[in-house]
Amino acid sequence: MKQRILALFLALMMVGTVLSGCGDGSKDPDVDGNHGYLERVKNNEIVVGIAQDLEDSLDPHISASAGSREVLFNIYEGLVKPNSDGELICAVARDYEITNGGRTYTFFIREGVQFHNGQTVSAADVVYSINRCADASGGAPLVAAFSAIEEVKAVDEMTVEITIKAADLDFLSYLTEAIVPDGYDKLATAPMGTGPFKYVSRSPQENIIIEKFDAYWGEGAALDKVTYKIYEDATALVMALKGGAIDLCSHLTSAQVAQLDTKYFQILEDTMKLVQAVYLNHKAAPFDNEAVREALCYAIDRQQIMDFVAGGRGTAVGSSMYPAFTKYFMPELVDYYKYDPAKAKDLLAKAGYPNGFDMTITVASNNKPHVDTAEVVAQQLRAVGLNVTIQQVEWQTWYDETYKGRNYQATIVGLDASNMTARAMLERFTSTSSKNFTNYNNPAYDALFAKAIAATDDAAQTAIYKDMQKMLTETAANLYIQDLCDLVAMRHDMTGLQFYPTFVLDLSTVSWVTE
Amino acid sequence: MLKGNRYLQIGLAITGVVTVLAVLGLFWTPYDPSAMNSAEMYMAPSLRHIFGTDNFGRDVFSRVMKGISTTYLISLCTVAMGAAVGVIVGALTGYFGGIVDDILMRVNDAVTAFPSILLALVFISLLGFGKYNVILALGVAFVPSYARVVRSEFARHREMNYVKSARLMGATDRRIMFVHILPNTRAVILPTLVIGFNNAVLAEASLSYLGIGVRSPDVSLGYMLSESQSYMATAPWYVLCTGATIVLLILGFSLLGEGLQQGRR
Amino acid sequence: MKHAVKKLGMMLLTMLIVSFLAFLAFQVIPGDPTNTILGTDATPEQVEALRAQLGLDRPFFVRYFDWLFRFVQGDFGTSYSYSMPVSDMLSGKLGVTLLLAVLSFTLTVLVSIPVGILSADCGGWLDKALTVTGQITMAVPPFFTGILLTYLFGLILHWFTPGEFVAPGVDFWGSVAYLIFPATAIALPRIAMTVKMLRSGILGELNKDYVRTAHSRGNDRKAILYRHVLRNAVVPSVAFLAMTIADIVAGSVVIEQVFAIPGMGRLLFSSISNRDYPVVQAVIVLMAFWVVLVNFVADMINQRLDPRLRLQ
Repeated sequence: MKQRILALFLALMMVGTVLSGCGDGSKDPDVDGNHGYLERVKNNEIVVGIAQDLEDSLDPHISASAGSREVLFNIYEGLVKPNSDGELICAVARDYEITNGGRTYTFFIREGVQFHNGQTVSAADVVYSINRCADASGGAPLVAAFSAIEEVKAVDEMTVEITIKAADLDFLSYLTEAIVPDGYDKLATAPMGTGPFKYVSRSPQENIIIEKFDAYWGEGAALDKVTYKIYEDATALVMALKGGAIDLCSHLTSAQVAQLDTKYFQILEDTMKLVQAVYLNHKAAPFDNEAVREALCYAIDRQQIMDFVAGGRGTAVGSSMYPAFTKYFMPELVDYYKYDPAKAKDLLAKAGYPNGFDMTITVASNNKPHVDTAEVVAQQLRAVGLNVTIQQVEWQTWYDETYKGRNYQATIVGLDASNMTARAMLERFTSTSSKNFTNYNNPAYDALFAKAIAATDDAAQTAIYKDMQKMLTETAANLYIQDLCDLVAMRHDMTGLQFYPTFVLDLSTVSWVTE
Repeated sequence: MLKGNRYLQIGLAITGVVTVLAVLGLFWTPYDPSAMNSAEMYMAPSLRHIFGTDNFGRDVFSRVMKGISTTYLISLCTVAMGAAVGVIVGALTGYFGGIVDDILMRVNDAVTAFPSILLALVFISLLGFGKYNVILALGVAFVPSYARVVRSEFARHREMNYVKSARLMGATDRRIMFVHILPNTRAVILPTLVIGFNNAVLAEASLSYLGIGVRSPDVSLGYMLSESQSYMATAPWYVLCTGATIVLLILGFSLLGEGLQQGRR
Repeated sequence: MKHAVKKLGMMLLTMLIVSFLAFLAFQVIPGDPTNTILGTDATPEQVEALRAQLGLDRPFFVRYFDWLFRFVQGDFGTSYSYSMPVSDMLSGKLGVTLLLAVLSFTLTVLVSIPVGILSADCGGWLDKALTVTGQITMAVPPFFTGILLTYLFGLILHWFTPGEFVAPGVDFWGSVAYLIFPATAIALPRIAMTVKMLRSGILGELNKDYVRTAHSRGNDRKAILYRHVLRNAVVPSVAFLAMTIADIVAGSVVIEQVFAIPGMGRLLFSSISNRDYPVVQAVIVLMAFWVVLVNFVADMINQRLDPRLRLQ
């Protein structure tokens, strides 16, 4: 008996300790007193948390993932680059002229632009970089749009002339591709650009370190050093934020943000500038059947998804275009398929699946917003009779097998634009695109795309791009969800973060507030 | 055996409660464990939801019940599989001895050099994720440890008088092994099975915690723990209730195992 | 001495089998490494060329011995996903996991031996309290303890910053200060088990005849305990502790995930998910070698402590 009472007492004591520990959040000693943090403020450096490692190759012309581009944006520049309003401004080029009926682009290189190794940028470097992207010896050119290039030549030491086969309104946007040193062959492991930050080191699955480039031609970075730390586990990421190991982190869910103390963090809100959807593999039955895809579109309740993932925030989309593309975005497509589970069931039965079917949604485990979305979507699809399992895989596996290998049934991910053209969003659904991981194959769509890139009139081109979006919606290419709400947590005493209309995180303007 | 054996008494009591929850969880839970409700997110424990609700407004108690069922079932299957193969291998090698025994035991030693969780990890990496692969991986991983115990028991009994006399009376080897010896080894094998069950619970929880065990819509305790950990600050009851359930499950069986061993003495 | 040589031979043989099994397992894996490297739209010629380059076109045993030969020289192959030598990927992580293992082992020994003796020596309510606590502690999975520790010491008390791990090479004591928490999570159930083992060992010895004799001769209880009993009671515990080292390494896989420590465990786990087989293979074999080695050492220590075992 005595033993039992004692056991009970001990158990109660343990539970008590734990519970009181959890309820005591308000008595936090000052997180700002954290040693690492004080050190970082003193050294004018920050730690940025990212949820996914970069690809094994850091080559700016090869890297395909949004996460890699987000980091490399700080290291590289093109002849032109986007500003935070989405307009193209001159970067490595000082100025440019478009002549010959829109077929010839002449770029005047800015004086005194240096690569991080101190070498001055000249026409040879630009010609080399463009040719590298246009090189089709490996099958397809690294940048598909560059297949339109007829000739690249250096007119003189500081002038480059690019001639394209036919006038193309989007072409300039693609000249945001990184300019790299002529003949430099270590791009995969040691990036070398002209951006405000220079690459220092990388440790796979741990961190990437960049430092201020002192000889930058422009304003230059406010910070001296940035360490990107990789936390592939959502919990570890939140712990690190809460504990004070990270100063800045974007792409958080509202549940993650809710755990942070607003005394130490300011929460900035934006949209992620991507299209989140349940992307379907059109080569995997039964998604080759348009009637099935259409039925599933009616089964998705986008508002509920936003409620769970971001506390109701986010912007619903109805096709492969996000609202920040004000020129192309079509609000009328958003509610093309209104949530109606009964209709979904009905259509499924008509399509020959009265009892539903088995379906696996693959999702990269490091991306909490997508994982949470998958959980909600799965539940909604189960409600119309499907047997849905969710397969969480590591980011690298997702990239290799789902994206590159196209070996999946359905997956949830966000697709972004590498530049501010509609083409960057829509080209991937043409049947021959190397990025067409959904295997969407529609000759009518391909024809429209060919017409769009051949168009010389901006209004006409925009109209075609809109038709393409409409076609994606009407053929129920994917189960479109939303442009996610992007929650960014940043230290209360930091400032200067600018949002871009594309998926990048510009750190050059970020700084500590100093009294 | 039960009388005066505290371990056995408490162990049985805890295990009983957990087992009832597990069996019940197969057929009935207070709420649908996967039904989401945006109006009831992050609710603290109350009479309505005795373990509270999670980030999707799902009832944690219902999920815990479902989780126990899954964890329990996986562990049972694992133990059954490991024991069945282990007993056969152990019996054959222990009883016959010889060169086959030597080789198998050497291989066995080598395999047991891999901690079982690592072994399971390797199997999972070969087989893929999911409930059935977890069972298979853990089952295979546990075979050597059972085989070892059974083998040493059989080797010990082989030389005993009752076996010798049975042999003289013309009983076949098969009959001696499984009718005469096996029942006599139960005092040793039973606690091993119970401890094995605990290891299986722990291993399954670890695998699912790492995200390579069961997959949604299956719910296991380890999976829930990894889920709930992200919400420790906003919904501490989720992680605590789940964790406490795992502790209870393991505690019950370890006391039971302890009790069985004491009862033998 | 002769016995030690025989044991050493056995150990090497076991290692050979272990390495063979590991090699075999990663040969029969469904899926071709060329797929992982080249992607699915590679031409047959490219695949053939890569197979030849990786040496996959040679007979099985040739490949095995080639691999083994390189392995013992520290050449573990090249990672598929990071295209860098596996040994380079391991170099930093090995130290971290080793430090974690050493810390948790030290903790286990430092805490369990005095507590075990105390429990057996004092008896009474203290013994009972310790026994009950121990029983419960054993039932708490290390990763759950880890979660609780992170929360309590990391987020509430701020004794350490979760996620802000510093490599031992950069700041050794800073590293230790961080690792002490995961080490505790791993050590707690081990401590409980060792205490239990030691306690029952001591109690068993105390009931033996020689103790009674010593007692009746008027020897002090404490003196008997420390002079005679401990030496004998400690033997099974040493063997147990050695096995603990093996388990600690395995336990680190999960714990490193909880505490976001870049060690062998995390590397193993992510390599498994990435199907980076050369890395998985190297880590697994190294861990298994480690376990076999530890068992060997434990065996040797046991022999020193307990002369009876030498006769076998």
